[in-house]
Amino acid sequence: MSEYPNNLRYSRTHEWFDPETNRMGISSFAVGHLGDVVEVDLSVDEGDVVDAGDEVGTIESVKTASPIYAPVSGKIVGFNEDLADAPELVNDAPYTDGWILEIEPSGGDDTSDLLDATLYSDHCALEE
Amino acid sequence: MTTHIHSGLLHREPPIFELSSPGRTGHALPAPENLDCEGLPGHFLREKAPGLPELSEVEVVRHFVRLSQWNHCIETGMYPLGSCTMKYNPKINDAMSGLAGFTATHPLQEDEFVQGSLELMYQLESALCRVSGFHSVTLQPSAGANGEFTGLALIKKAIDLRGQGARRKKVLIPDTAHGTNPASVVLNGFEPVLIVTGPEGVLLPDAVRPHLNDELAAIMVTNPNTLGIFESHLKEISELVHGAGGYVYMDGANFNAIMGKVRPADLGVDTMHFNLHKTFATPHGGGGPGAGPVGCTEELAPYLPVPRVLRTNEGRYRLVSELPNTIGRVHPFFGNFSILVRAFTYIMENGGSGLKKVTEMAVLNANYVRSLLKDTLTVSVDVDTLHEVVFTDRDLKKETHVSTMDVAKRLLDFGFHPPTVYFPLIVPGAFMVEPTETESRIEIENFVETVKTIISEARTDPEKVIGAPYRTGVGRLDETTAARKRILRWTPPQP
Amino acid sequence: MRYLPHSPHDIQHMLKTIGVEDVEELFRSIPRDQRTEKPDESPGLPECQLRRYIEGLSSKNKVFCVMLASAGAPFHAVPKAVETIIGRSEFQTAYTPYQPEVSQGTLQAVFEFQTIVTELMGLDVSNASLYDGASAVGEALLLALRVHKGKRRSVWVSEGLHPHAQTVIRTMLHAFGEVEIRWLPLDGKTGATLLPGPVTSDVAAVAVGYPNFLGVVEDVAAVAVAARQGGALSIVSVSDPSHLAVLASPGQLGVDIAVGEGMGISGTGGMGGPGLGLMAVRDEYVKQMPGRIVGQTVDSRGNPGYVLTLATREQHIRREKATSNICSNQALVALAFTVHMSLLGPSGLKDMAVLSRNRAMELRRGLLEIPGVCELVSGPVMNEFALVFPKNAEGLRAHMADNGIFFGVPLGRFYPDKPEYKEAILLSATETACRDDISHTILLAKEFYREGK
Repeated sequence: MSEYPNNLRYSRTHEWFDPETNRMGISSFAVGHLGDVVEVDLSVDEGDVVDAGDEVGTIESVKTASPIYAPVSGKIVGFNEDLADAPELVNDAPYTDGWILEIEPSGGDDTSDLLDATLYSDHCALEE
Repeated sequence: MTTHIHSGLLHREPPIFELSSPGRTGHALPAPENLDCEGLPGHFLREKAPGLPELSEVEVVRHFVRLSQWNHCIETGMYPLGSCTMKYNPKINDAMSGLAGFTATHPLQEDEFVQGSLELMYQLESALCRVSGFHSVTLQPSAGANGEFTGLALIKKAIDLRGQGARRKKVLIPDTAHGTNPASVVLNGFEPVLIVTGPEGVLLPDAVRPHLNDELAAIMVTNPNTLGIFESHLKEISELVHGAGGYVYMDGANFNAIMGKVRPADLGVDTMHFNLHKTFATPHGGGGPGAGPVGCTEELAPYLPVPRVLRTNEGRYRLVSELPNTIGRVHPFFGNFSILVRAFTYIMENGGSGLKKVTEMAVLNANYVRSLLKDTLTVSVDVDTLHEVVFTDRDLKKETHVSTMDVAKRLLDFGFHPPTVYFPLIVPGAFMVEPTETESRIEIENFVETVKTIISEARTDPEKVIGAPYRTGVGRLDETTAARKRILRWTPPQP
Repeated sequence: MRYLPHSPHDIQHMLKTIGVEDVEELFRSIPRDQRTEKPDESPGLPECQLRRYIEGLSSKNKVFCVMLASAGAPFHAVPKAVETIIGRSEFQTAYTPYQPEVSQGTLQAVFEFQTIVTELMGLDVSNASLYDGASAVGEALLLALRVHKGKRRSVWVSEGLHPHAQTVIRTMLHAFGEVEIRWLPLDGKTGATLLPGPVTSDVAAVAVGYPNFLGVVEDVAAVAVAARQGGALSIVSVSDPSHLAVLASPGQLGVDIAVGEGMGISGTGGMGGPGLGLMAVRDEYVKQMPGRIVGQTVDSRGNPGYVLTLATREQHIRREKATSNICSNQALVALAFTVHMSLLGPSGLKDMAVLSRNRAMELRRGLLEIPGVCELVSGPVMNEFALVFPKNAEGLRAHMADNGIFFGVPLGRFYPDKPEYKEAILLSATETACRDDISHTILLAKEFYREGK
């Protein structure tokens, strides 16, 4: 069974966002469905401004490719450079070393559309 | 020096570059008299010779013969890949395509010097028109996907000439479609719209109705569809789409199921591609070349690629390029010509009656497989199917954890190429069997017995199935490592 | 029917097992009113008659003894061993290698093909081949547009590309939509592509022929620099890969994407195809590359092996977001190319290129001795060149044809609106012509004009 840390907020499209560090990645549920990740391909650059729900890149495994959506609106201020050489970090540590982007939220209460760990867990159970 | 371990007659063969040794050669060209390249500026010249291997002819031939022995092919055994139509490729077709009159002819020779080729193309176009009911056919497209591009380009041209190009952009694609369909739509500047197949596995007019408006460019339907089911409402759907000002594209990949029985033009289809490498028995060549001729109605014919082959009143043939509304060219010359010769030979050997018989036997074989396996595997949709049958691993997986992929890999151990797996996408763990008409009853029964053996293994010894294959030259290959490490060419070992 | 194995008894048994009365009942899902009313019941031909009929067609084509034309379809001497290998059932009647455990032969051969193409082109990555050289240029332009993510919507394409390739490109880009093609004219004097000025910020790519359709070897390095300075990608289209034994590789010249037509080497160019579209790119563009790619990996027993890889670029996974709709390659033609290149090796390929050039230069020199014959353009060439004849170039070609010589391609056919091309012929020679063929041709031409025709 997948685990969803309590300190994170989750989108219905399976991204997580950490309000403390402003980092985002994809949940262990999504990772489980993708299988071995072979590439994280970002379509945004540092400094770009995105809206919540915008496509910011693609995550690829051997047999599928899924879009990554911005969980919050804001400015892209950083990305995980380690993923270029070690995409398996997303599999091995989706909530820590496998983070993808750092987004500085533009609005104060921008995470209100996101789910907490309990609600997200229910959401996943429905999709399973 | 590496030692290469052989296993019986199955040789381990390294990349050809590792067999190379300086100074050897496998060619017999005379030495050039004049080695300097006068007239070419020095900075236009190559600095370092390309790293081609250096071997004698014997070594080159042996290398590739050994590689060939690692392949499964139609001539080693049954190859029941659904949707791919792996039927026997008659030898006479190859011989005819190799005639010097065809292979030694320059494509820009004047019409008077290529009358035979032009006549062959004209007659092949006519034969394809006869069997499909279309007004005209172009032979240029190099493959099925290239044919899809071409057919859609004809539709786009018609819409543009009506002045509706900016608005009519939507192309309806059922969820049973080949992956090439949406990609071909985008390459024509159209937008794909997914529509859902009904519970009986066929497209219903109601799925199309909400889209009947002035944004509709076309619908793209595979018939029979990828579940092997005849789209019995297509005629009505064509009328609806035409009524809304749109066009009907039929993906002809499965035309071998209805050839001689149904003419797509009679169903209201405006344009369709043929896969000569499926329906008309030309070799697949390990991935190509195939050929994807496109047929169309009289309305779309003026937009076909140029040149067109015309027959004069005197019975001569000539190429015509000056057609004002043509979409242009999709191939620099005439398409994959040697494939056209093979397909034409096949059609002439069969005649109309033979082609119909081919269809009947293909459908008989597929239904025989279905009836022998229906209690062992789960049929995806329980309605009549034609040239292929799609099973699902839904129940097997629940019971044993053995998946379609495992069954496929285990089949390799028994000398069978597996069916198409995990397609169509709407069927969970799809296992899509198309035996084709050239398999004998005994071969089909052997295949069925083998599948049954594997399914019972899955119940008694699932790990054995999951670990397959065991008897192939290589074991299961690590695709993740291939994608992560990306070794896409040979490089010399670092000293 | 010899390809249908069932006896009448088999058919009866199978129908009974299925539970239908007759074959017709198997088609009951097709509504009656949708069936063909009058099926074509024409009989087929037995093999002996079939052979006579098709051989009859082939003999209506004229096979020239001496081929002095290339124009996008070069004819090289291809050893019999190439045909033997690609005729093997295991290569010819296999499908796409989707089950790698029983397709290692095809996969390793493609891996070797990719290596050879990258070596020739001097670039990092090759795919498993595309349909033909013309569509390969179209795909390269689409690749460049993707690299710029839609921010640059125009391409500069040389009018020195093969005229048929120009038409294919126009068809492809017009269909794709919202792309402007700026056609770059050739300099009337040198025959090289004229850049209209610095490459502007709306340009995704600049594409030129190498050599171009008139045979002129372009200053590709200068084109590559200009493209780079304008932030665009440079594309070259190689008309005959054998030239790359002599000419600098596209990679050496700073090119980003090299494409080409390989059917002259594979020996499949009769009537123009099957062609062989070559494509190699710099490593950074691999994810935007169309078509199949084979990669090396390991199997469950720790042995090396090969698989199709980076499939997430392709249509069966990415569907409408795929890099292309192509779902095949010219595998058997690529195999022929690989076998021939392996037989040639670096020395053989160079001999082929140099011999071809020697023959072409002899032909050019000899023809230029005829009063009134001159070069159409002055740029450097490999083995293809255009000459302007004083008059009646068509009569000269007909005279040559009567003597078994295919004497080039009249340029007026491709450029009806250019009067200066009216008496121009595009000629080429390869190692398939011997010195006597060349001197005989020159003699015939001299006689033709001496006799005042």
